[in-house]
Amino acid sequence: MSKPAAVAQAAAPAAPAFDVARVRADFPILSRQIHGKPLVYLDSAASSQRPLPVLRAVEHYETALHANVHRGVHSLSQWATEAYEHAREIVRRFLNARSTREIVFVRGTTEAINLVANSWGRDRLSAGDEILITHLEHHANIVPWQMVCAATGARLRAAPVRPNGELDLEAFRALLHPRTRLVAVAHVSNALGTILPVQEIVRLAHARGVPVLLDGAQAIAHEAVDVQALDCDFYAFSGHKVYAPTGIGVLYGRESLLDAMPPWQGGGDMILSVGIDSSTYNELPWKFEAGTPNISGAVGLGAALEYVEALGRRAIGAHEHSLLEVATERLAALPRLRLVGTAPAKAAVISFTIDGVHPHDIGTILDSEGVAIRTGHHCAMPIMELYGLAATARASFACYNSLEDIDRLLEGLRKVRELFA
Amino acid sequence: MDLKELYREVILDHNRTPRNFGRLEDADARAEGHNPLCGDQLSVTLRLQGDRVADLRFEGRGCAISVASASLMTEAVKGRSREEIARLYGEVHALLTDRTRAPAGDLGKLMALAGVAEFPARVKCASLCWHTLNAALERAPAPASTE
Repeated sequence: MSKPAAVAQAAAPAAPAFDVARVRADFPILSRQIHGKPLVYLDSAASSQRPLPVLRAVEHYETALHANVHRGVHSLSQWATEAYEHAREIVRRFLNARSTREIVFVRGTTEAINLVANSWGRDRLSAGDEILITHLEHHANIVPWQMVCAATGARLRAAPVRPNGELDLEAFRALLHPRTRLVAVAHVSNALGTILPVQEIVRLAHARGVPVLLDGAQAIAHEAVDVQALDCDFYAFSGHKVYAPTGIGVLYGRESLLDAMPPWQGGGDMILSVGIDSSTYNELPWKFEAGTPNISGAVGLGAALEYVEALGRRAIGAHEHSLLEVATERLAALPRLRLVGTAPAKAAVISFTIDGVHPHDIGTILDSEGVAIRTGHHCAMPIMELYGLAATARASFACYNSLEDIDRLLEGLRKVRELFA
Repeated sequence: MDLKELYREVILDHNRTPRNFGRLEDADARAEGHNPLCGDQLSVTLRLQGDRVADLRFEGRGCAISVASASLMTEAVKGRSREEIARLYGEVHALLTDRTRAPAGDLGKLMALAGVAEFPARVKCASLCWHTLNAALERAPAPASTE
């Protein structure tokens, strides 16, 4: 497997701490032209791109190792099993989980949350119980709870968000109730970029004996995620937000909780023995992995997390933060532009609107300039409603974005203003 | 890709100052349109005279394409019969989705939407108002027979 671009050696103070040109060279798609112009990809919060080490790891697996896992005695099956379980160990290390028994492979964040809602929720919740979320959640951390509430009679509560996009922690505390059975919150808001005070949230919830699920979809590529330091009970994320392929994700769960939870889906791989009347379930984590898993996806995820480790999470974070600062300052200076979400603690996501121009028009005009951003409600309609908006334009940054990308974004926005003068 | 093809002067003008904007208080029928992709919302209210749309208004929020398309639509269908509107809708639909086909009839100012066909992601923006109008017409009471 090829090594990812190295972080630049410490240079003069003015020099960037991060060799973005070398990082960019790892991502083949970034050399594409869109409408005759070099691609500027500012939609990593929706899905990030994949570096060569990930593509090569998947290719190597598919061309040299593939067979079904946990089954055959033949060599390929053993190699495939090793590759799959090795990826699990990489995830464990990346999250600093205690054991690979706590790492369940799923399709993505959405499936991870649905797993908890169904397996943990349906057994334990009853009428009058409460699940506490926040107003800025992605639909994936709202709808599964609505469904389990409808099935059990439990009630979904949402802690409010201040106008700048910060969680109202006092209101959150007040909503923690003797009947609160679970807290489920985003680590980072996808629509606004707000980094939530998850450590404080966990502390408050645990003080009342309430377990906490963190939706890490937007955090995994940008924040240090140490599940032991966070002390969370569940942590969900998707591979494709952290430079891995789509269709693979992870549910971390505290072993004592996972152990007590029933399987969610039944089938092969999740059993030890099956009779016609009853079956014995497999151990953790396979108890939750019914059917043949996404083996090559897991291999790709392992390679992606190693890529991030090699670049250095701290270095990536610092690079993205400097882009966020520059872009925020330059966008805020534009006439008629309004930033949506200005919390002090933010990941590299900028949501904005321009008076008199609908975000979709902004998106189309930027696309014609080769600049890819997201426009719409970002699958977070409740927080959009709070701002009285149907949609925003959103630029999000990843390890491969550069200051030139911000220049191109600003040039594109000048075109928007010209056309909609 | 030519942005000027999409954002023609007529489109920008109708976006800036939409015609027939608002709602009819004495409407015979109304319908709400919603584009879940972008959260755009649109309502159409209309008054019938026999088989004809005597008057109509639209309101809502949306992108330049959806607002201009709705504004142009209200101008184009006012005074027309259900059958004429159905035919016109067929022509507009073809204009929005099929770059190769020349429109059969004279679409007048609606031709300003011709550029949308180059932008598949935006076809729904331009057609939302027509779906909403069709829903309102389906709900409208059938004209009373004078025989």
